[in-house]
Amino acid sequence: MEVTTKSMPYEAWKDNEYIENLVKELQESGTNVIVGQFDKLINWGRSNSIWPLTFATSCCGIEFVSLGAARFDMARFGWEVARSSPRQADFMMVAGTIVHRMVPVFRRLYDQLAEPKYVIACGSCAISGGPFRNSYHVAKGIEDIVPVDVFVPGCPPRPEAMIYGIMQLSRKIKVERFFGGVNRQQSQEQFLREHPVEGLDVE
Amino acid sequence: MANIQEKIAKLFPEAVCEQFDTLQVTIPDSRWHDLAVALKEDPDLCYDYLITIVGMDWKTSMGCVYYMMSTTRGNDVIAVKVLATGDREMPMIHSVYDVWAVATLYEREVYDFFGIVFVNNPDMRRLFLNIDWIGYPLRKDYNDDPNINPATTRSERQSDFTQSWVEEPDGRIVKTEPRIFAEDDFVVNIGPQHPSTHGVLRFRTAVDGETIKKIDVYMGYIHRGVEKLSEKLTYQQTLPFMDRLDYFSAHNYHHGLCRLIERAAGITISRRAEVIRVMMDELSRIASHCLFMGTFCMDLGATSMLFYTLRVREQILDIMERTCGARMTFNYDCIGGVMQDLDSNFQQDVKDLLAVIPANIKEYNKVFVGNVIAKQRMEGIGHLSKEDAIAYGVTGPSGRASGWSCDLRKIRPYSIYPELEFDEVLATEGDAMARFKVRLEEIVQSARILEQLVDNIPEGEYCVKVPKVLKLPVGHWWEMVEGCRGVFGLYLESDGSTQPYRLKIAPPCLPAAGVVDHITRGMKIADLIAIGGSLDYIIPDMDR
Repeated sequence: MEVTTKSMPYEAWKDNEYIENLVKELQESGTNVIVGQFDKLINWGRSNSIWPLTFATSCCGIEFVSLGAARFDMARFGWEVARSSPRQADFMMVAGTIVHRMVPVFRRLYDQLAEPKYVIACGSCAISGGPFRNSYHVAKGIEDIVPVDVFVPGCPPRPEAMIYGIMQLSRKIKVERFFGGVNRQQSQEQFLREHPVEGLDVE
Repeated sequence: MANIQEKIAKLFPEAVCEQFDTLQVTIPDSRWHDLAVALKEDPDLCYDYLITIVGMDWKTSMGCVYYMMSTTRGNDVIAVKVLATGDREMPMIHSVYDVWAVATLYEREVYDFFGIVFVNNPDMRRLFLNIDWIGYPLRKDYNDDPNINPATTRSERQSDFTQSWVEEPDGRIVKTEPRIFAEDDFVVNIGPQHPSTHGVLRFRTAVDGETIKKIDVYMGYIHRGVEKLSEKLTYQQTLPFMDRLDYFSAHNYHHGLCRLIERAAGITISRRAEVIRVMMDELSRIASHCLFMGTFCMDLGATSMLFYTLRVREQILDIMERTCGARMTFNYDCIGGVMQDLDSNFQQDVKDLLAVIPANIKEYNKVFVGNVIAKQRMEGIGHLSKEDAIAYGVTGPSGRASGWSCDLRKIRPYSIYPELEFDEVLATEGDAMARFKVRLEEIVQSARILEQLVDNIPEGEYCVKVPKVLKLPVGHWWEMVEGCRGVFGLYLESDGSTQPYRLKIAPPCLPAAGVVDHITRGMKIADLIAIGGSLDYIIPDMDR
């Protein structure tokens, strides 16, 4: 099964291996024909209207603004509804450096996103700390704090790269199991056990 | 200069005057407050604008270097060096918060980085780091083991109290813990994740109904420790950080640091490089003001303005991309000139840009400035008087909107600015509307500069040969340039090695955030958005 989005030819994608693995996983787990068709329908809708949270700490955020403006125009793809409240957003574009003081705030924003939720680590600071990695006050990548779906390298990434990154996310959404999959809310306890918040006792 | 030296020597016989790139006065801490009052009040001295306080750790001693400028008397700069008394456990200097209003904030910053306590300062909290942070990061003996101060998801401890060390009449120094807000104040939290704070800034706002009583500006959500990082890198390696402070003034900041290092190393650059740098500075000024207008109007609810202004910005970014190879974080100016030569189409591109700017300005005026809603939201809102602008050190277009002539390109011209014809844009109203209009007019002036230069780019080499690893002589230097948001100061101290001993960055956005509390008092919460937007601060610039 060739998974693609926005009429992009399958061969034009630079990395298809991960999506093929996801498809394999999906096929192996097996599902009811009717439920599978509903899954497809809902995923088609979800993947074409993913709403970002306006979350930017530094330089990458400005490129994200450019992405929203007329030239790059993310409205073409259905991502233009940038929400200021995490309760209304689907994914979080972590654009910029995350520093020590920001870590608990960032984690809280992530926890407030409604399920199913996704994270894109945008720019080298969010991926690894970037040029500030050796600093005393910079988190060395956000992967230790929240689970990340897509990494977009660059300092800052060009808007085209951001578009490519979000399209990858949209493709990923397409091959998810919705009913009985991401639709089934993971219990808060289980998530917190896997990604603990310091000072918060799960039991 | 000589008469100032004489004057200070007469008033304070214990002061030692030395001439570096500026006059530097060394004074013991016991006389510092008196000197500060004299420097500000004396009509012959009149240093009324405190540019920055540079905290220093000289290993054997600690202290501060204060840089101040006289706005009425020729805009000359003076430095005052004060050594801290007491041991490394608790070094102390007397505060000058009552002389220059902006010192309250600067002293907090020095306390945060060096642990120097400013006696009598009413608010001696940490500025960027958590209350429970262990150690003072810019000290030379700071232990940066990540296990001591780990990045944790645990919520930060908050306190309603600040701390202050007060000197009693008998000379004893007593620690007090005053409240930040009154006990029955209703405090609303705005930020750090808020669409109209322009990044991750947080205001703790005490309100009475909708009226603002007091704002505690809480920063540090993007403090990246650039100054400490620079101390472990070579001079060339410190340059890329300049792109990431105020990412709109990337060229201007690069220009500043390059000028500083070139002066210290005795490098002269070619005229071609000089012209290219100034052209890039002015292009980024136009791009920056365009984005300011877009986001500011978006904050006020006029989203469509963003699309109009970003059109010009994209055109400028294209010009820069063809020459520098990037849309942001260009890393273009380098020590000795610029990284690579201009694109062959550069002149034509700039001419095309200049051709569309007048029509665009007209359009912005039509779409937004004359708008009734915009007028009501902006006129008379957030009034900042000239005296307050100087006292709080609000420079750049915001300062000029209050009538303070603070454009370094005019008052302390550097590079090739003395040869250029342009006007310093001034307004007297000092409200949000004036700040907006000054920026709009500055676009026109920058375009004028570009017009003069575009056909006069001299031939020559764009970069002189500079050793890959640069060694500077022992000493210290001070440099200021005009960024897009105001005075950008740099202090560099070298111990003769290949790395800076101390690189202090004095950004224009820190005082702009510091003045928010002062000008929003008595205003409505909705006006806070208009005021914050019109001051146009960039959070990574103030936090560094």
